[in-house]
Formats: sequence, C-alpha cells, structure tokens
Amino acid sequence: MNITNTIYRENILDHNQNPRNKGVLEAASFSYKYRNPACGDNIEIQVRIKNGHVEKMMFDGVGCAISTASTSIMTDFVKGKSVEEVISITQADVLSYLGIPISPGRETCAFLPLFSLQKGIKEKYEHKK
Amino acid sequence: MTTQPTIQDDFPILTQDTVYLDSAATSLKPRQVIDAVSEYYEKFNANVHRGAFGWSVEATNRFDQAHEVIAEWFGADSDEIIFTSGATQSLNILAQSLTADLQEGDEIVLTILEHHSNLVPWQQHAKKVGAVLKFIELNEDGTLNLDHARELITDKTKIVSFMAVSNVLGTILPIKELIELAHAHGAVTVVDGAQHTPHARPNLRALGVDFYAFSGHKMYGPTGTGGFYGKRELLEELEPSHFGGGMISEVSREDSTWNELPHKFEPGTQNIAGALGMAEGVLYMKGIGMATITAHTRTLTTYAIEKLQSLDGVKVYGPMNPVHRNGVISFEVEGIHPHDVADLLNQKKVAIRSGHHCAMPLMEYLNVPGLCRASIGLYNTKADIDALVEGIVYAQSVMNQSV
Repeated sequence: MNITNTIYRENILDHNQNPRNKGVLEAASFSYKYRNPACGDNIEIQVRIKNGHVEKMMFDGVGCAISTASTSIMTDFVKGKSVEEVISITQADVLSYLGIPISPGRETCAFLPLFSLQKGIKEKYEHKK
Repeated sequence: MTTQPTIQDDFPILTQDTVYLDSAATSLKPRQVIDAVSEYYEKFNANVHRGAFGWSVEATNRFDQAHEVIAEWFGADSDEIIFTSGATQSLNILAQSLTADLQEGDEIVLTILEHHSNLVPWQQHAKKVGAVLKFIELNEDGTLNLDHARELITDKTKIVSFMAVSNVLGTILPIKELIELAHAHGAVTVVDGAQHTPHARPNLRALGVDFYAFSGHKMYGPTGTGGFYGKRELLEELEPSHFGGGMISEVSREDSTWNELPHKFEPGTQNIAGALGMAEGVLYMKGIGMATITAHTRTLTTYAIEKLQSLDGVKVYGPMNPVHRNGVISFEVEGIHPHDVADLLNQKKVAIRSGHHCAMPLMEYLNVPGLCRASIGLYNTKADIDALVEGIVYAQSVMNQSV
C-alpha cells in the first residue's frame, strides 16, 4: 500500500467534503486568522468560551484537504475542553486524531488549527494577567 | 545498432523516474554544465583577477570568457554583463541604485503580473524616498492592457519595470511597446527576463532596454547564478550599492573610487564555478539552437493547454493564443485545492508547483487562493504532458470519491 495515499483516506476525505462546524460563530470569544503563504491556506477560526471551557469552535475560509480536515476534526476535539487543556494540546495529539502519517511537507497544513487556536488563546488570555 | 542520443540522455537526473514539470522554478542541468562546475574545482580552483600562478590565470580567463559567452548570446558587450546570484539579486541591486535619486511623488510603473522579486524591491525602496508604485492591469485573456499602460506611464514616471514573460500566466509582455512608452516619457526601463531567457534569445541592444535581469539557473545553469545587462553609459553612471574587494580602484580611509565595468558591480569573490556553469548552459542552448527550443516550448505548451482544457473540471489560466504565451501553464482543478493536486500528482511521480508562485498581488487580482503550475523545459515531451493529464484524472478520482 502506498503510504502517502493514506493521507487521502476516508476520514480526511470525509471531513474535507463535509466539514463540521464551518461558518460564522455567533458571540465568539476570540478568533484567529491564519494564512499559510507556502500553499495558499487562508482560514479563520472562531471560538466561544463559557465558564473557562470551549462551548463551540467554528471555522471558515479556503484550505487544502489536510488543513480543512484537521480544522474540522479539531472543532469536535476541543468541545468541552478547558482553556488550559486546549493550551496543552500537542502536535502528537493532532497526528493521533488524524490517524495517518503526515509528511514533513504537509505538517504546516495539519497543525494549522493547533497553531491558530493556541495563538488565538494566548492573544486573548495572556493580556488579562 | 546504435540509438540516437536524445536530449534526455544529457540530463543525468532524468534516469530517475520523475516527470519534471517545474522548470519555471529551476531547470534541470545537463552533464556538460555539471562537468564545467566540477572541472573548476578539480582542475584550476583559484581566485580570479589576482594571482600570477597557473590556476589563477586559467580561472581568470575562463571567468572572463563566461562574461563574453553571455554577452555574445544577448547581443551586448562583455563589460555590460554583470554577474549576480540570480535575477532576484540583480533586481534588488537595480532597485536600490535606481531609486536612490528619486524624489517624493516620483512614479514607478510595474505590472500586476510581477513576481515578488520585481515588486518587493521597488516597493521597499520607493517607501524610503516617497515614490509611488503603479500597476498595469490585464485584458480578459491575460495579456497586458496596453491602453492602461499608456494611461499610467506619464511624465511623472521615472522607472518602468516589468517581467518579459509571466511565471504564472505565461503571458509574453509587449516588451518593445512598453520600452517605447517609457522612453517617450524619459523613464528608465528594467526588464525581469527570468522566464524569458529559457525560451528566447533577446538581442538586448536591439531591444533598447536599459537594464535586463536574468537567472542562470533557469537556463540550464547552476543555482546561485544569473546577472543583469545594462547599457554601458548607464552602468558607468550608476552608483554601486554593494561594496568590497574587486569593485574598487583606489581605497583610502575616507573614500574609494570604483573599478571599471563589469567589476564595479561584482564585489568579492564571485560564484566562479557557477559562472562557468552558467556559460556552459548558454552554450548548451546554443548547440541546440534557440529556434528549435522556442518551437519545442510552443508545441508542448499548446499541446498541454489543449489536453488540460479537454478535461472536465480543469480551468487553464492565461492567454489561449500561443503567440501570446510561453512555457508556463497554470490551472485549477475544480473542488480540489492546488496543494492537494500537487501532492497527488507527486504520488504519480509528476512534479508540478502549487501555491501563489511568488505573485500574491496577482493571485488577489485573479481572485484565486493559488494555482497549480506546470512548466516546460527542453527535456520535456508530449509523454510528460500525458502523464500530467493522467495524474490530474487520478487526483480527481481520489478526492471526489464518495465517503
């Protein structure tokens, strides 16, 4: 089996064709726009925090299949997690929920939602200290 | 029975199983060029213009000869050819030196097609002096809008700079007309020839262009090579912006005077081996003949456009008329992000490029997040285009399967 072909395995294709939580979020606590100049991903994430936990995360924009799928999966992954838990999500967690090997060339795409989330949270919450 | 050697036989890397359609990014190198680089390191590795010993004399002769080869190829004198690390460095040098004396409100006219290397240097240096950038736009078919050019180039224009051929749309710009327009208003012209010289042999003196940047590595030479041409009177007047050994005549504690051309613009130890390789690349093209190369590029470009257009869900960008375009075919596959197309083509061992191609303002103007791009080199064949087409169909089958 061609290992790279597994990138486009079912769950990636599924989340790419039917992205979860795509659109505009009402009453977002923070948002973060991410543009990956290397490949043309242009995605904005929006998160609503209630009582220190993620109530909902949505995203919008245009991206490749990996970044779209990863972001879509992330919107479910963070639901209910505390801000501290979100800050502690690692790249390994992302690779784990994607479930397939990601080549170095596609890592930026896979980690796009992680980067955006953590940057967005830092901007929002670190100022409050 | 002996088989005729083919062009592909000259390229050692082609023994690998890849269809290389990214020559617009950098070309593959023939054995002759690789050998020229190695030969310097193996036989006469020395610095130039200094030594009295054998290797240095040999290196100096070869290096000077490299200037002559490039100059002859472009219809210029060898001291009108300055070696740099590529078109990007050439354009940076020219932008820095040519904007130095601009006044606030002076205008620099570029086109919306420009590669960042012929946009950002002007942009950043213009900011320092308060000069204003203007961008000539396109016709529907991707050719340059000359009416718009006539509108934008006025007596306020001091510099008109443009690429000869677009690295995204393949558009061949109306070079002569733009130079005439610029000169009619007393503006100096700077042409970015990076995508031009792999498929054409411009006679720079006949063209009348003031400055012309080129990349050696796009015309079968090594990476880290290239240069620019300037009319002698202008180069003699132009103040250098990079200083050091080799480009001076006299140096005291307080001040320095400059060496003669081309040395004035070649500070420090140059990429000697690279320059020899670049000259060899030009000789390689000369051996095939530019008429043959141009025809080959045109044939394959036309074939590629035809085949891609015939695919469902594929849109080709840029002028459809082969007279107006050259060597570069950008396209979009409906519903599939360019990055995914490139990844899936890579699985089929077809190498294309995807993204914004160092032309973000153009992507914005075209209203696309990025594009896929295939480009032609002299080793490509119709079979390569067929492989591209098969690869796209494969990509569509993978991405569009129902889940």
